Amino acid sequence: MKITNNEYNKMLTASSPKTKLYKTLPKAFLFGGIICVIGEAFLGLYMRYGAEKETAAALTSITLIGLAALLTGFKVYDRFAKHAGAGSIIPITGFANAVVSPALEFKSEGFVLGVGAKMFVIAGPVIVYGVAASVLYGVVYYIFNAAVA
Amino acid sequence: MLMNYFWAFTVGGLLCLIGQLFIDLTKISPARILVAYVVAGVILGGAGFYKPLVELAGAGATVPLTGFGYLLAEGVKKAVSERGLLGIFTGGFTAAAAGLAAVVVFALFVAVLFKRGDKMS
Repeated sequence: MKITNNEYNKMLTASSPKTKLYKTLPKAFLFGGIICVIGEAFLGLYMRYGAEKETAAALTSITLIGLAALLTGFKVYDRFAKHAGAGSIIPITGFANAVVSPALEFKSEGFVLGVGAKMFVIAGPVIVYGVAASVLYGVVYYIFNAAVA
Repeated sequence: MLMNYFWAFTVGGLLCLIGQLFIDLTKISPARILVAYVVAGVILGGAGFYKPLVELAGAGATVPLTGFGYLLAEGVKKAVSERGLLGIFTGGFTAAAAGLAAVVVFALFVAVLFKRGDKMS
């Protein structure tokens, strides 16, 4: 079975093409906001147990990724995504879902070229352009620092 | 304390609402929106606009994917300050390491333990 990025994206959003803004926008706001509030709760929890701000933020990301991975495995996240739209895509949980979902889906093609390769169908481009942008910014920052010093 | 949650909800919700607007009003695919959010996070983070948002909204700014971009920019900034030229290349992946390793391992874990259908194998 071959699947294109576009087809996968349709599976990912699972929202009907004729969406109504007065429904989708409040839902995206509400569910996206709730995920961030859950993140804020974990952030506070880890900091209360003595983690520094940066460590607590990283632990929070790992926690949300783990929860989203499990919920994707149980097919709960995709059902949630139907209602939440961008509220389920934009948070880091959506990124996790975009990795776990194809990893599981392409299990039938084996663990190397199926699971191993296909998990990066969406995450790959995100990492490629994110890291490329960060390197570009690094060059600018380096030159700026050299010019000031 | 309560205000932390208020700002996390509001800012995080707004970032998702903007994404929903792009999905509904344009033909931009969610994959492209994720890429755009990360790159926007790098640019906003590098320009210094995103840090105040993180200080105000906490997880409301770090949990959306723009926060991942901000993390990359902060990582590069720190690495360049500490290691010079090499930091340009090490900063991004170093900062993203925890999240990337987590997502890869959890995806593998779920792929091993769960069936493509509905229930656990």
